[in-house]
Amino acid sequence: MANRFDVRSQPGFGTIAIFTFALLYLPILALVVYAFNGSESLTVWGGLSLRWFVAASQNDAVQDAALRSFIVAIWAAGVATIAATMAAIATTRVAPYRGLAFKYAFINTPLMVPEIVTAVALLIVFSRVKVWTGYSGLGYLILAHTAFCIPFAYLPIRARLESMDASLERAAADLYATPWQAFRRVTLPLLRPGIIAGFMLAFVISLDDVVITEFVKSGGQDTLPTYMLGQIRRTVTPEVNAIATAFLALSILLVTVFFFINRKKA
Amino acid sequence: MGSAADAARRAESETTRRRWLLSAPALVIIFVAAIGPLFVMLAYSFMTKGDYGDVKPIFSLDGWFSVLLQRDIFDDTLSLADANLIIMWRSLSLSAITTAATLILGFPTAYFIATRPRETREMWVFLVTIPFWTNLLIRTFAMQQVIRNEGILNSLLMWLRVINEPLPIMYTDWAVLFGMVYVYLPLMVLPLYASMEKLDFRLVEAGYDLYAGRLAVLRRVIIPLVKPGIVAGSILVFIPSLGAYVIPRVLGGGKTMMLGNLIELQFGAGRNWPLGAAMSITLMAVVMIALLFYVRNAARAGGGHG
Amino acid sequence: MTWKMKAAAAALAILGSVGTAAAEGALNIYNWGDYTSPEMIKKFEQKYDVKVTVTDYDSNDTALAKIRAGGHGFDIVVPSANYIPIWIKEGLLLESRPDQMENFKNVDERWVNVPWDPGRHYSVPWQWGFSGIGINKKMYSGDINTAAIFLDPPKELVGKINVEPEMNDVLFAAIKYLGGEWCTDDKVLLKKVRDKLIEAKPKWLAMDYSVTEKLPSGDYAAVYYWNGAIMRARLKNPDVAFGYPKEGYPIFMDSATILKDAKNVENAKKFLNFIMEPENAALISAFAKYANGIKGSAAFLPPEMKDAPELVIPAQYEKAGEFLKACSPEVSQLYARIWTDVNK
Repeated sequence: MANRFDVRSQPGFGTIAIFTFALLYLPILALVVYAFNGSESLTVWGGLSLRWFVAASQNDAVQDAALRSFIVAIWAAGVATIAATMAAIATTRVAPYRGLAFKYAFINTPLMVPEIVTAVALLIVFSRVKVWTGYSGLGYLILAHTAFCIPFAYLPIRARLESMDASLERAAADLYATPWQAFRRVTLPLLRPGIIAGFMLAFVISLDDVVITEFVKSGGQDTLPTYMLGQIRRTVTPEVNAIATAFLALSILLVTVFFFINRKKA
Repeated sequence: MGSAADAARRAESETTRRRWLLSAPALVIIFVAAIGPLFVMLAYSFMTKGDYGDVKPIFSLDGWFSVLLQRDIFDDTLSLADANLIIMWRSLSLSAITTAATLILGFPTAYFIATRPRETREMWVFLVTIPFWTNLLIRTFAMQQVIRNEGILNSLLMWLRVINEPLPIMYTDWAVLFGMVYVYLPLMVLPLYASMEKLDFRLVEAGYDLYAGRLAVLRRVIIPLVKPGIVAGSILVFIPSLGAYVIPRVLGGGKTMMLGNLIELQFGAGRNWPLGAAMSITLMAVVMIALLFYVRNAARAGGGHG
Repeated sequence: MTWKMKAAAAALAILGSVGTAAAEGALNIYNWGDYTSPEMIKKFEQKYDVKVTVTDYDSNDTALAKIRAGGHGFDIVVPSANYIPIWIKEGLLLESRPDQMENFKNVDERWVNVPWDPGRHYSVPWQWGFSGIGINKKMYSGDINTAAIFLDPPKELVGKINVEPEMNDVLFAAIKYLGGEWCTDDKVLLKKVRDKLIEAKPKWLAMDYSVTEKLPSGDYAAVYYWNGAIMRARLKNPDVAFGYPKEGYPIFMDSATILKDAKNVENAKKFLNFIMEPENAALISAFAKYANGIKGSAAFLPPEMKDAPELVIPAQYEKAGEFLKACSPEVSQLYARIWTDVNK
């Protein structure tokens, strides 16, 4: 049996795969390692130290940007999830009706338009609106983020809804539950994993956005990614590595939770 | 009888109405903050540029004219706008090379994952997913630290005595290319894996039974079967590459521009909003053509999606 | 159920409060990147109990475009002298009368009756400096007091040069290098200028802003950049040297101004007055390493700035320096088109 011919193996594929994984992880690893560098420089290793994490956590601009990122992400993901859930209910498990394909395409448009195009278009429109209304708060950022978060929230919710058995809701209706009761007591609990997954996806997407935020933000509205973008092009100290590492840890945590929620469902 | 049909129709129109109401918030938000502004931008592309940015509401085709043509400053002769064309060409070719490179790396990787035992497969997929959900800017930044003159790559190569002087990669087309391959690689692996996971290895076996070699099996059996995954992955890599903005901005050093940066330039120092708007719409049109190609291809592949 | 409601209400309150907290005791500054002393900002925040945010821009044109678009939310912006007439003409600046402020007496006479803002009705000196050559001596040992370093680069430097991406400074150097005068509309000369820049550009590595880090680290061997940044590079690596282009180099002054649609005008005025205090002006200079226009600030400067070769212009190069003035709109338009041509 030793040299059995394996129909699945292809020569060299394993090597390339290992190379790919190394490629995916080594740069991130290097970034994390240098976040713990004791020296001022990115090239000279000055011993293990937490000084850059301390510096980053005491930097007002970083604190503000991080808080702002969270506020925008929570609002955008929250509103996007609610809107996406409603839209998913209206477009899933229904006989095809006029406008269904249109809605589906409409909701997914933000996935297809290049981000830079949306960004400059929003710059044009929002700067006018800001002048007309005199309001230049975080609302614009939240609105813009909500729009591109909706398709991401919509996908898992729709997938969950599609795999759900409609007979339970019908049974509820047979037991004289009002549509709202049926929704509240039957559909919503069954849909919960999809909704949580959708919210988390939207949250991560909002948290990561650079381009649209960069063009829509007003004075003093840097989020963590736009703050980092400004830093990266100039003097880079390991402080940026420390910020990136903390950010990375958060993303990995969210993705891990998301991954396991999704897996339990399967 | 007529009234029963009426009632049914009324009930139906009632549910249709309810479905529109339910989807209204999502549709309105997307219209206000994603689709509507595109129409405003379309209008801007037909206006006259203002002196210091913005537009004057006077109809003009100058924006569209300048996408491809330019008038020489000194002798007023008309010629192709080679500045723009060079950048467009760079965007197209870099995106195509990125797509090819991610395919070359991603195909074997996805195949490798798909042929692992069921229990470990999930872990491998998870390992691809993590970078996928990690901030693009952070990954670009990580790449910057790898390829800079005193970065890891050059230090390693010099330590191995492959080179004596650091390779100047930063701020070249290579830097942007490396960055894009690195950043978009997961976008290739995931859809490839999705289609390979469903690959029926009995067909592969049948190929070997018919005395096909490994290469022939790969070319005649495996690749045609996972073609939808290849197309999906290629589109998923090609489209964001074409619109890339952050990667060339960080790794291109203000000299190696791509279309995304050229568009931004028009809205900033270039002071030519109509041109920027026209370029944006051009970019969008190219993306839509690529998508259309994908949809047609997917339809031909038997409409099987997901 | 009720605790859930309470938690939700609390969460909403937090989210809401942060969204609107900006209005009182705030000041939003829009300034060149890596140019604002965090120490000085901290001091201002503590003294007046005002929350300051600083947002970066990277060129005069970027700042102008963003502010002109409207709805920006900034209070203070720091344009260069040659752009201030545009800002005033476009009605973007508030006539805040710094000349009537308490600390105006500290402004150096040289910087009071300036052509771009006679008598200082709009602007307060922030910092001034000039563009010059920065070089890593280990990589090049020839003459560095010439614009040839980046316009006709010697072989050793090809592909290792960074040039500041500021249109006027680069065009100034190129026009002077080819024997012209700033604001010239001589098309024969300007064509040569354009061709020279187009010929030189492929020999540059980048047109970027990370000089304070990448010149000392050896990623760049030579730069055409602002003197303060080159000084910061030298303090990190003594191999860095500064050269004065003998053909001519542009002198700039950036001035702090209040925007017409600023929301925090009172705080902005306090800020202008604050930075005319010698001790605070010295903080600005100590961070970015440029000279300021405030009398008496020298006493508070760190010792390494006292006789820095980047700040004290040698007598033989004094004549070559020329203040970068604003050209007529037609000439500016022409220059902008040359710049677009170069920037492919």
